[in-house]
Amino acid sequence: MATRRLGAKKLRVLPGFRLTLGFTLFYLGLIVLIPLSAVFVKSSELSWAQFSHTVFSPQALAAYRLSFGASFFAAVVNAIFGLIVAWVLVRYNFLGKKLVDALVDLPFALPTAVAGITLATLYAPNGWIGQLFAPLGIKIAYTQLGIFVALTFIGLPFIVRTVQPVLEDFDPELEDAAASLGANRWQIFWRVIFPTLTPALLTGFALAFARALGEYGSVVFISSNIPMKTQIVPLLIMNELDGFQYAKATALAVVMLVVSFLLLLAVNVLQWWSNRYNTNNLA
Amino acid sequence: MTQKINTPNRMSEPPSVRLLLIGIALAFIALFLVLPLVSVFAEGLKQGLGFYFQSLRDPLTLSAIKLTLIAAGISVPLNCIFGVCAAWCIAKFDFRGKNILLTLIDLPFSISPVISGLIYVLVFGAQGWFGSWFFDHNIKIIFAVPGIVLATIFVTFPFVARELIPLMQAQGRTEEEAARVLGASGWQTFWRVTIPNIKWGLIYGVILCNARAMGEFGAVSVVSGHIQGQTNTIPLHVQILYESNNFAGAFAVASLLTFLALVTLVLKTWVEYKNTALRGTAFTPVPIGKRAV
Repeated sequence: MATRRLGAKKLRVLPGFRLTLGFTLFYLGLIVLIPLSAVFVKSSELSWAQFSHTVFSPQALAAYRLSFGASFFAAVVNAIFGLIVAWVLVRYNFLGKKLVDALVDLPFALPTAVAGITLATLYAPNGWIGQLFAPLGIKIAYTQLGIFVALTFIGLPFIVRTVQPVLEDFDPELEDAAASLGANRWQIFWRVIFPTLTPALLTGFALAFARALGEYGSVVFISSNIPMKTQIVPLLIMNELDGFQYAKATALAVVMLVVSFLLLLAVNVLQWWSNRYNTNNLA
Repeated sequence: MTQKINTPNRMSEPPSVRLLLIGIALAFIALFLVLPLVSVFAEGLKQGLGFYFQSLRDPLTLSAIKLTLIAAGISVPLNCIFGVCAAWCIAKFDFRGKNILLTLIDLPFSISPVISGLIYVLVFGAQGWFGSWFFDHNIKIIFAVPGIVLATIFVTFPFVARELIPLMQAQGRTEEEAARVLGASGWQTFWRVTIPNIKWGLIYGVILCNARAMGEFGAVSVVSGHIQGQTNTIPLHVQILYESNNFAGAFAVASLLTFLALVTLVLKTWVEYKNTALRGTAFTPVPIGKRAV
């Protein structure tokens, strides 16, 4: 009780609580919450039959499958290579290491439209990379493979940036202990280091996956946007919007929003798990 | 044998494995990052320097640059003020529902750009909530400049706040309290104690916020009417040039944005060098409240 009183008094030493909290809530409501609620209100105007007709149409189902599939494989590839990049950046020294470290964030800094036209040009049948695959009969741009390439590009930094700090904080004494007990290098990695990295790796995976699900700009140029074949969900929503089919676009947006909120929740749980993991290590 | 156990070698991967891993990492980075970067400039210069600069000096390009500067010029300061306010009340005071507030601030990050544009169409569009009111008063928001500004504010909403909140939480409130007890006014405390403490975090947030504001494509694409010379930002102009098969022109304009991205990375690295506490938090949307400080 006494501490509570003290806390209440403390609150008054610094000014501006009402002003800043008031402005924060006002701005949050105006910019984020009211517009976002419009999606749910608008979709509630649809009957269930109308809603499910849009949301479970064959075209929508194909788009979900492609969005989830391409995002999943892109995140898997990033998990493998991102882990290697993070490992190399933390553990080894080589020429240009700082440059590589700074460059990892490029997919975040580069506008998605630029990434989109660049990847589409590179992987087109006459592009620098595309022409290497064309003789083998493999088309990359304007196919599902191209969408996968774009989503891999966009998700690249997530794994590196979530794994890197955990690897930096890793206590080398644990490795020494394992080595002195006779474990070989491979066993140390799998049994000692990898379990510590798992929460961060999964967090990065979930973030990359979530980002890929919503991605539009880098995919729109490299995808031929053919319904049932190379149309991911954001492209489908854009198509409906271009045809002024706002109700349909909104219904699909609700599905996407629910999926993103679930992923956000998953990331929160993973972060909680990883923080607990780290405090356990310290104790 | 015993000597080996007594002095375990921490970096004990054999050199061949080390080289292999470095090789894989560098090949991956080269394929996915360096090659696209080089190709932007190569494609932009394909028809010569003359054409390159001509594309940049085109009146439609210039008007796109102007609109991008307007959108960033409005959204970055507003989100900056919001970021400071949010960080002040969250870091310096205790109240209920703080975690919910933190999650809500992060929300725009987890929403697809297409949906970010769509929500403003639903509110301000012709058939939207306030659409008819604005129509009656002859104010155009969707398919006009205000819609572009609003969408840009939305997608860059969390950037400054999410840099400042963990920073100010880590710094605590004792310094400000000491200033107040010694007789400083609220504003004096803020300008002389808080601002110098959060300076680098603020600059960092502004750099990231600006990069996204100038480069946003999906959300702006939904609310822009794609009217050349009027509602085209630089990324939208790139799209129009590319789709009209003016590839060299599209890449010339895209090289401007690429240059901006490179400047952003350099500035970001510089700020991280000045303030090591900020390292690694860039762009990665790990929830604010859950981030290890």
